[in-house]
Amino acid sequence: MECQECHQRPATVHLTQVINGEKTEQHVCEQCAKEKGYMTYGDESFSLNDLLSGMFNYEGQSPLSGTKTKSYPNSQQLKCPSCGLTYQEFARIGKFGCAECYHTFGDHLNPIFRRVHSGNTTHDGKIPKRVGGDLHLRKQIEHQKIELQRLIEKEEFEEAAQARDHIRSLEKQLHEEGDGDT
Amino acid sequence: MSLQQFMNEAISPWMKEQGPDSDIVLSSRIRLARNFSDVSFPVVASEQSLAELLEFFKQEYAQQSYKDYQDMELVEMHSLQPIEKRVLVEKHLVSPHLAEQSNASAALISKNEQVSVMINEEDHLRIQLYFPGFQLDKALEQASEFDDWLEEKINYAFDEKRGYLTACPTNVGTGLRASVMMHLPALAMTQQINRMTPAINQLGLVVRGIYGEGSEAVGNIFQISNQITLGKSERDIVEDLQSVVKQLINQERRARDTLMNKSKTPLEDRVFRSFGVLRHSRIIESKEAAKCLSDLRLGIDLGFIDHVPRSILNELMILTQPGFLQHYAKTPLSPEERDVRRASLIRERLQMENNKD
Repeated sequence: MECQECHQRPATVHLTQVINGEKTEQHVCEQCAKEKGYMTYGDESFSLNDLLSGMFNYEGQSPLSGTKTKSYPNSQQLKCPSCGLTYQEFARIGKFGCAECYHTFGDHLNPIFRRVHSGNTTHDGKIPKRVGGDLHLRKQIEHQKIELQRLIEKEEFEEAAQARDHIRSLEKQLHEEGDGDT
Repeated sequence: MSLQQFMNEAISPWMKEQGPDSDIVLSSRIRLARNFSDVSFPVVASEQSLAELLEFFKQEYAQQSYKDYQDMELVEMHSLQPIEKRVLVEKHLVSPHLAEQSNASAALISKNEQVSVMINEEDHLRIQLYFPGFQLDKALEQASEFDDWLEEKINYAFDEKRGYLTACPTNVGTGLRASVMMHLPALAMTQQINRMTPAINQLGLVVRGIYGEGSEAVGNIFQISNQITLGKSERDIVEDLQSVVKQLINQERRARDTLMNKSKTPLEDRVFRSFGVLRHSRIIESKEAAKCLSDLRLGIDLGFIDHVPRSILNELMILTQPGFLQHYAKTPLSPEERDVRRASLIRERLQMENNKD
């Protein structure tokens, strides 16, 4: 079978698309497939960029709420002091330039994260051992406080008292470490 | 080089072991995206700073060992021939993207090929760990320890609110992508997988046919992975994925039982026809090879065929890809030549089993 695009090389890429129930088939060679953007290898490379940047730009024009659209002229002018990436460039390529970009673009990123991560905007996972500093302790205290609240609501006062003591000792540890640092 | 020798080198050592549920789950993978805090991400960074980062990594980690991951070798992409790169891509040790970025990109690969750290891919570091069969728990635990070991010498880009910072907003937070590779021939044959996919997507997971697109998954091999990386802990992400994988395993087993009860003869016919094609064809395209290998593997799982090892699917799926065929032939091949070589490699491999008797 020869390639439907160039009619020169043999077709080695076979693409089946189903759009609204209508099936179309294409048979092209590797080179034409690459040019046409059909070639996507296993992992997460399926032109996510295009999808994302479309998303950001849409966000920019969002007519949904007055307050939101007001803030966009600002976001368009943002530029990362560390790597020089502007918000516009970020929206176009769908990639950050450096760690500092996250601070530079700050809360403008929330709508994007919400869309990509099912409504989530805040990390709730691993904390690196060294760079994380006292965050481990602070997170632990946070979790214990939630647990304490839960125990109180369930009227399990004995266990609640234990949780409270645990929080106190963690807080003490936090203050001591804090003093040590300064 | 004999085929036996070539295979020994081509198949990663970890793949030769059988993991839990390996009749359905071929492999489990954990990937962590990490960046250095004080260097721009590869998209915008200067050649100079990426070269420095690579040099640092080389100094600190090349030839090092950590636990089961011995003698890690740093492979620089610019030092490889195109076919050598393609072979690494086909073994999933490096991504196509990394192979394209030549100048300062590299991979640190352990001797057993279970760990591969890609350097200067989309992120500074992409840590990948593979396990045979269904072992996401273990993979996550080991990946996390390995990550801690790297962190002893690296200041990671991390933010209290956003977590591990990555080049792409889709990876931020945990930087974790957990995935399993599953062989689901019965669910595919009965069209059930198409009906299940939308429900799985709603749980924030993605189903992909890896040797083809969507419903047309050639070889009936599917990759299931998490999409969400922010706002959930690593453990929760992996547990959610595990629970879906467990259900898929059960559904696949049930569908196989049903097929065996209701249409044993057509199924047996299909298996042996494919076996015949693999044993006798002189020209075979990758798509047809993948389909036949899937049928053969199902036939082995169902007991129709008992003198061929299960690992044949994983092995030949890897060995019959274009890069490997050319590597084995030691010369670039046109697509037609590849189809001929593919057919002869498969015949030779199956012949090895006959010789054992």
